[in-house]
Amino acid sequence: MISLARTPKKLLALVPFVFLSLGMGLQPALAVDEPEQTDSATRPSGDPIEQALIDLKGEDAAARNKAAEVLIEKGDASLIPRLDEIREMGGRAVRQAVKPVVDVLKNRANLASDSPDSRRSAASDLASTGRKEAIPYLKQAAEKEQVWWVRYTMEESRHFLELNSGDPAVQLEAVKKLGELRSLNSVTALKELVEAAQQADATDQQKILAAAAEAAIDRIESWSSWASAIETLFRGISLSSILLIMSLGLAIVFGLMGVINMAHGELMMIGAYATFITQQAFIAWLSPDVFDWYFPVALPVAFLSAALFGWVLEATVIRFLYGRLLETLLATWGVSLILMQAARVYFGDLTAVIAPGALRGGAQVMVGVYLPYNRIFIIVLSIICVMGIYFLLFRSNLGIRVRSVTQNRNMSACLGIPTRKVDSYTFAFASGLAGIAGWALTMVGNVDPGLGQNYIVDAFMVVVTGGVGKLAGTIWASLGIGGLNKLIEPVSGAVYGKVFVLVGVILFLQWRPQGLFAAKGRSADA
Amino acid sequence: MDKKPPQDSQNVTEAGAPTETGTSRREFLGQSGRMAAGVGVAALLGNLGNYALSYAAGGPPIKIGVLHSLSGTMAISEVSLRDVVLMAVEEINKAGGVMGRQIEAKVVDPASNWDLFAEKAKQLLLEDKVSVVFGCWTSVSRKSVLPVFEKNNGLLFYPVQYEGEECSRNVFYTGAAVNQQAAPAVEYLMSPEGGNYKKFYLLGTDYVYPRTTNKILRAMLLAKKVPAANIEEEYTPFHHQDYQTICGKIKKFAAGGGAAVVSTINGDSNVPFYKEFGNQGLRAEDAPIMAFSVAEDELRGMDTSALVGHLAAWNYYQSVDTPQNKKFVANFKAYCKRNNLPDGENRVTDDPIEAAYFGVYVWKQAVEKAGSPEVDKVRKAVYGQKFLAPGGQIMMDEANQHTHKPVLIGEILKNGQFKTIWRSKGLVKPEPWSEYTNPDKGCDWINHQGTYQKK
Repeated sequence: MISLARTPKKLLALVPFVFLSLGMGLQPALAVDEPEQTDSATRPSGDPIEQALIDLKGEDAAARNKAAEVLIEKGDASLIPRLDEIREMGGRAVRQAVKPVVDVLKNRANLASDSPDSRRSAASDLASTGRKEAIPYLKQAAEKEQVWWVRYTMEESRHFLELNSGDPAVQLEAVKKLGELRSLNSVTALKELVEAAQQADATDQQKILAAAAEAAIDRIESWSSWASAIETLFRGISLSSILLIMSLGLAIVFGLMGVINMAHGELMMIGAYATFITQQAFIAWLSPDVFDWYFPVALPVAFLSAALFGWVLEATVIRFLYGRLLETLLATWGVSLILMQAARVYFGDLTAVIAPGALRGGAQVMVGVYLPYNRIFIIVLSIICVMGIYFLLFRSNLGIRVRSVTQNRNMSACLGIPTRKVDSYTFAFASGLAGIAGWALTMVGNVDPGLGQNYIVDAFMVVVTGGVGKLAGTIWASLGIGGLNKLIEPVSGAVYGKVFVLVGVILFLQWRPQGLFAAKGRSADA
Repeated sequence: MDKKPPQDSQNVTEAGAPTETGTSRREFLGQSGRMAAGVGVAALLGNLGNYALSYAAGGPPIKIGVLHSLSGTMAISEVSLRDVVLMAVEEINKAGGVMGRQIEAKVVDPASNWDLFAEKAKQLLLEDKVSVVFGCWTSVSRKSVLPVFEKNNGLLFYPVQYEGEECSRNVFYTGAAVNQQAAPAVEYLMSPEGGNYKKFYLLGTDYVYPRTTNKILRAMLLAKKVPAANIEEEYTPFHHQDYQTICGKIKKFAAGGGAAVVSTINGDSNVPFYKEFGNQGLRAEDAPIMAFSVAEDELRGMDTSALVGHLAAWNYYQSVDTPQNKKFVANFKAYCKRNNLPDGENRVTDDPIEAAYFGVYVWKQAVEKAGSPEVDKVRKAVYGQKFLAPGGQIMMDEANQHTHKPVLIGEILKNGQFKTIWRSKGLVKPEPWSEYTNPDKGCDWINHQGTYQKK
């Protein structure tokens, strides 16, 4: 009795599934008015694609796989919405069967996309699907392609797929081509070929292939060590430029004015938050089309707000403490704590700065060397800043006054230089530089109240190593520390990399306490 | 019922009024006295409301402690937990309290300072004499309060996923153990559905949680026949900002496909890491990042465009589609708005928030079952306790102080939410001692005294 009562329930439970699966086939055809869609709906019931779509939903694993093959071979991108629907509704096994079909069809369509990035992504995704059917499409697309590194990826993917083609002549050709292309992505596959030939039952064909593969691997690896050397160099320069841009303001304040400004990091934080506020203003009041312009607009905002804050800080706290090094340290440290907690209370953690489109991604300059735009941007910016400071200090009226006050405050005052004003301007300018650093750092890091704390130690390290009061020292020290860090890190890891650099700096200062570049002559203000 | 309840003052008056005339003075006095008593009771109930009722029924309020950092570096994460615990307390009090007694929450601020955690825990247990404490986030803060709770027989509900290898009878762990988050996540990556990944880059911040988790994951991967050459392990200091070299290494590691990154990077290092990852031309399709410390609350402060398509493993997401979760999310947003908490309605819920929330309810149920807030009785009553949490039914283990929870793998969406792409079948039993690194150890407070040697 019980078992009889159960059976119809089971059947009933099946009904909605049957209904749903029927509905799924019809729905898109009814809902979408694209021509291909109508075509597929009007296809006769014996159409292989329709049959495959039904098989794909079935229980039989072999039929599912066969259906997937058929769809990959004959289907096109217009099937994707229907496949997606099957994937949404289906169980785990169905989802697994649908995924490769969608991947291939979608990527094949994307090979003709307008954006080089998605063309390139499509090409490399096709390689990872391992589907031989994609070879002719990649070949066609490569012939039409204008951008060299997209074409490179297409060719690489094509030859990568040819490795599994089964035809020895094609395989051999593919191995050679991959070697010529210096394809780092195919090293694993090539190594497998070499290993296959080492088996006891390896054929002559395999051995020939293995020999070619070994030659290709050598070629790729020697190239790759050069490429990684170039990338390491770039990373060193990039880190140096970040260190430099943080330390420039500090070098002026500490070096020229003799103030240990522990709040320098928080001035950077102000610059970063100014960038964030500018961004929010753009989101709130301006159209999304001009959104990317928030970043250039934020530059003066960040500079001026940090400079203004620095000016107030100088007028209210620091002017009373000139010449008292330890007191400046304590007072500015207090200011930094206040600023940090204020930012935490006021902004909380909802402060993401979205990189403008132009600074996202990077440029493939050569095979294996990919340089992110945001890093290039910071390198250029730090060069501009150094040039600006050089001009201001050594080629302008203010610069002469600043330097004279640094050398001998009393004598400068006697000669009619308004030392109070010079102090105030210099401090504001240095604070503005910190604001610029904060502005630039939003592109690599995050904006949070702890931002300044993350960088302040490194900034002091650079200034002290470079030699107090010397701009050239700051430049060389940041290059040295950044480069050393990136040179050590690949070998030792990030934690010990930092430890080694710190030990190196301590030893260096033991040997040369005055830093790289010592101020020569008499120090007047001692 | 034919007799009217005495506290129903309206009816008492009406019933009494017609009989007033023609009765003797004594009767009148007696009657009016009864009437007055009735009115008095009614007024008492009406004016003082549930509070008086519960006080009369159950006695003084039960004190609980909330031990989360409200300032310092961990405040960003822990403030939300304080908010949700207070919300649960408010809900319970509105519904009549625990055994008719109100809950009184005592909030302290250990300020992200590990020594202060122990000090504040001592204050809660000894001075305020709280029945239970809800608190801690980082493993180091938990380790620092552990001796205090064990010495004074306190009770702590700890709501965050952690590295395991602990079995204290004074802590209930409502977050995930390693086998409820990290291990199933990596198993998922290795499965055909997850993408058949064969190479794993274990990347973490340098402290106890990532180190222990990665130790267990490495043992697991080796046990599953992944060659040691295909496992890379790397750590960065706290607040690390420059991920150029590491992303370069990952790029090399991932060349040829089949590689995934398993990230236990914590806190503010995540933003520079994901940014650099995207900017170096790496995509989620080449090497997905599976993260164990990035939840909705952290995603609020990030530029999600760099994270879309990457994965995370948790036991709950705000997007979980259950009726009780919809209500929970709406209540939390409304609570934050009503109390003028920062960001008000824009607040989100996530795994630790949910775990902190249902912890309060599990404790309430246990107190009611035990009939007393006494620690030893409550502890016994917690074992086997079930609760319909926002993310679905959960169960406290019968013996090992941990929680049976479902495991969910989610994909990060542009709006900072997760789309669940995989869900464990049923609840996963917690294993404080991993079968891969400590196969001989178990945790059981019923048949053994905590950690014991398996035979």
